[in-house]
Amino acid sequence: MSSRRSRSRQTAASMITDDQINDLVSRLHQLLPEIRNRCSDKVSAAGVLQETCSYIRSLHREVDDLSDRLSELLDNTDSTLASIIRSQLMQ
Amino acid sequence: MASSTLISDPVTNIMERARDSSKRRKKKKIQRQSSDGGRDQTTQNSSNNNNQIIPWKSEVQQQVYSSKLLQALRNVRISPGTSPPSVPRRGRAVREAADRVLAVTAKGRTRWSRAILTNKLTLKFMKSKRRQRGTAVTATGNSRLKKPRVSILKLKTKNLPAVQRKTRVLGRLVPGCRKQPLPVVLEEATDYIAALEMQVKAMAALADLLSGGSSSSSGSGTGTGAMILNQLSLRQPPSS
Repeated sequence: MSSRRSRSRQTAASMITDDQINDLVSRLHQLLPEIRNRCSDKVSAAGVLQETCSYIRSLHREVDDLSDRLSELLDNTDSTLASIIRSQLMQ
Repeated sequence: MASSTLISDPVTNIMERARDSSKRRKKKKIQRQSSDGGRDQTTQNSSNNNNQIIPWKSEVQQQVYSSKLLQALRNVRISPGTSPPSVPRRGRAVREAADRVLAVTAKGRTRWSRAILTNKLTLKFMKSKRRQRGTAVTATGNSRLKKPRVSILKLKTKNLPAVQRKTRVLGRLVPGCRKQPLPVVLEEATDYIAALEMQVKAMAALADLLSGGSSSSSGSGTGTGAMILNQLSLRQPPSS
């Protein structure tokens, strides 16, 4: 089973060309917030993967913080809908 | 696709429930997506990727997501009446509901969205068994497993062991991509990052709104805040 899987992985890797991988890597590189700060020529796969991992981890942390905050807000305010309507009227 | 057919009924139930609530908006979104796809159809792969990336940034997608998020959050608020009101557990429930809504908004086109939905369902059905085994298989608990798997394929430069190692790490972060080859993981990560950014933006706007905060301070704040308010005005709460 594992040999079949590794063999299929090899054939799949040989079918995907280097250009396609480069294209995917560059597209991912554009999404990362690093590119806006410094024009990095580090289009190496390892660097992009590293940045991607750290960026996804930070996004996860942000979502966790936001969900904790939301849970607190939902617990505290019983009349959540009333407060929302109030803010809508204030706008 | 095989895994989705095994647990197809509950998944389709969830999807049908979501579909019933936002039928009209979905038709508009499909029209917009087809028009976007027609414009940049250079190659098949790039058009598929563009169709996946561009809709996440559109406002229609954010509307859909925020409306479903509100529904899910209301259910989260109502159901755990007996559970202890400890903040970490509620936070985890909110996070899981947000992930589930995100996956539903992706409409199962991507691997990570299908993985999130099937993971949540298996957790629901086999909750007691998981407690006995002691393994926690959640989308957020991947950082606990720290086994470096290095597979050495020295055929091409992209198959360096360093790259493979980082691919494994990234595959653990993105749900459902643990043992996928590099191009699949890259593609899934691209879509996942766009989806996560939208999730962060929507949840931040919702949190600002709920805290009665400065939704009128920045331009983008009013945009997302007004969107959420539109969603609220259109539907009635289930029990209040």
